[in-house]
Amino acid sequence: MTNKDWPLWEIFIRSKQGLNHKHVGSLRAADAEMAVENARDVYTRRSEGISIWVIESNNIHASDSSDADMLFEPSNTKVYRHPTFYDVPDGISHM
Amino acid sequence: MKVLNTEELNRKFQEKIDNDIKIEPNDWMPDAYRQTLIRQISQHAHSEVVRMLPEGNWITRAPNLRRKAVLLAKVQDEAGHGLYLYSATETLGADREDTIDDLHSGKAKYSSIFNYPTLSWADMGAIGWLVDGAAIMNQVPLCRCSYGPYARAMVRVCKEESFHQRQGFEIMMKLANGTPEQKDMAQDALNRFWWPALMMFGPSDDDSPNSQQSMKWKIKRFSNDDLRQQFVDATVAQAALIGLTIPDTDLKFDKASGHYIFGEINWNEFYEVVKGNGPCNKERINARRKAKENGLWVREAAMAFSAKRAIKKSA
Amino acid sequence: MTKNEALFNYTLRLGDDSLILGQRLAEWCGHGPILEEDIAITNISLDLIGQATNLLNYAALIENKDRNADNIAFLRLEKEYCNILLVEQLNGDFGDTMMRQFLFDAFRKPLFEMLQFSKDKQLAAIAEKSLKETKYHLKHSSEWIIRLGDGTEESHQRVQNSLTNLWRYTDELFFTDESDTILSGLGIIPDFSKIKEVWYANVTAVFEQATLQIPANNWQFEGGRKGRHSEHMGYLLAELQYMQRAYPNMEW
Repeated sequence: MTNKDWPLWEIFIRSKQGLNHKHVGSLRAADAEMAVENARDVYTRRSEGISIWVIESNNIHASDSSDADMLFEPSNTKVYRHPTFYDVPDGISHM
Repeated sequence: MKVLNTEELNRKFQEKIDNDIKIEPNDWMPDAYRQTLIRQISQHAHSEVVRMLPEGNWITRAPNLRRKAVLLAKVQDEAGHGLYLYSATETLGADREDTIDDLHSGKAKYSSIFNYPTLSWADMGAIGWLVDGAAIMNQVPLCRCSYGPYARAMVRVCKEESFHQRQGFEIMMKLANGTPEQKDMAQDALNRFWWPALMMFGPSDDDSPNSQQSMKWKIKRFSNDDLRQQFVDATVAQAALIGLTIPDTDLKFDKASGHYIFGEINWNEFYEVVKGNGPCNKERINARRKAKENGLWVREAAMAFSAKRAIKKSA
Repeated sequence: MTKNEALFNYTLRLGDDSLILGQRLAEWCGHGPILEEDIAITNISLDLIGQATNLLNYAALIENKDRNADNIAFLRLEKEYCNILLVEQLNGDFGDTMMRQFLFDAFRKPLFEMLQFSKDKQLAAIAEKSLKETKYHLKHSSEWIIRLGDGTEESHQRVQNSLTNLWRYTDELFFTDESDTILSGLGIIPDFSKIKEVWYANVTAVFEQATLQIPANNWQFEGGRKGRHSEHMGYLLAELQYMQRAYPNMEW
């Protein structure tokens, strides 16, 4: 894992006045401005949105209740079990 | 919190799938399911990105302004599809850049057809018509696959893909109804892309060991041979409509089954191309690798700037 | 020179700038520094090709000699293209491309802002539509100039070189001749000196944030507007025109 990789952002689009923002996917960006612009280019190419929210994926706190009674490990913190959400100190290889 | 053993977890998991309940990122899943999906989805993503090269090839040489604009929009869509798909692999815990590095090192595969060269404007038509046509056959059933993010990505992709196929067919139709040189160009493109398009569906499922499990997990909905047959049946009729000839002397309609019988596919060619020995494999991978290498200073600069600004903000 | 001749020249220049720059940006397809940026660049290219189509269609209408946007775009001789030299320069690295883009966008935004009030209704309409796109292009390119200028040592060096090399093509943005004098007199186009003021204020502000220096040597090139291009133009046109030259008089 390299720190030069841009962080992952989750994208939410409100396609019409009166509707909620809907999660449409994710993308990589170096900062919030770029994330919004990239989201506009990727997710509103066919004018599918009038409002864009971007959130760095590791800032989302999640609770997935569906499997709550099935799990033997808690997973109600991050949206994905993603390696880059967990900071590994420099000098540790093979991780 | 009840603790279940692996057997029960697997059983409940399969039950969900059998009942068409979607599996979402944080749900328990067998590791093999996760790994198979990562491989399948990233392969699909890599294909969308690599194909920007044979098609992007012709943007600067498009024959008029409208065709130039439409091709630009199409290739942009493909980049977008790659993005939706990489986004789906991220939900499985696979880092996008890692999967891309696997592509560049030859570890990861992508659709074999993009290792063929685009030699004429008509190839833009052939690719849209045949390649996107084949892709749609594969993708529409995947809109109902078991993994939520992948199914949702496929719905987005399919909406856009039908425009691509129509554009491709429209190009071929225009050429086939044009001057003798244009008709020649179209026929030549069909001759070169027909067999690679059939190979796109992959080998017969008897030779494909993972197919059974994938179908059980509903990440594969139809067999390779079924999809290939569907494609042939649809496309032969379309070719006839515009007066082009499918380059297969063994092709004939079988009244009994209601399907077209077609000739032997050169599986040796398929395996060689997949192995890396196709006409353009090296160029494609080199171009993608160079793009990433040449872009390193840019990506680093953006991160450095972002870090500087974060410091300024908190000061 | 008649008003229509002047208007034809003017529209052709704007159209050629859009066409040639759109063509250049299309070369990035599949080679961008990251997938998201590939999409951004091709998006800008698409907008520019759209603008070129509108402008060259209008030029053909004004000329009234039975040409259309495609004949004009694909079948002229090199010396008949009147884009500025800036837009035909090679893409170079990402910094070169963004610098070229920024210098150009910073000009087109005030231009379209003023042109939407043109006494010529069609030109005003084209300007109004193009302005929305241009605002976005400018936001994108200026943010990149700042990121690269104030990023790492390497990015700063590279984009400073880009600025030093491209600055000599900027005066031509404001080139005016008889056509412009006639049209501004008639309220059809804005006064170029006003555009230059806004442009200069904007670029200097962005360069300051980006910690970049405008070269001390203000030696400038021109020629594009008069059809005297750089060595790159021949190759660019060979690619652009290939299909129409190899397969003349066919429909696509």
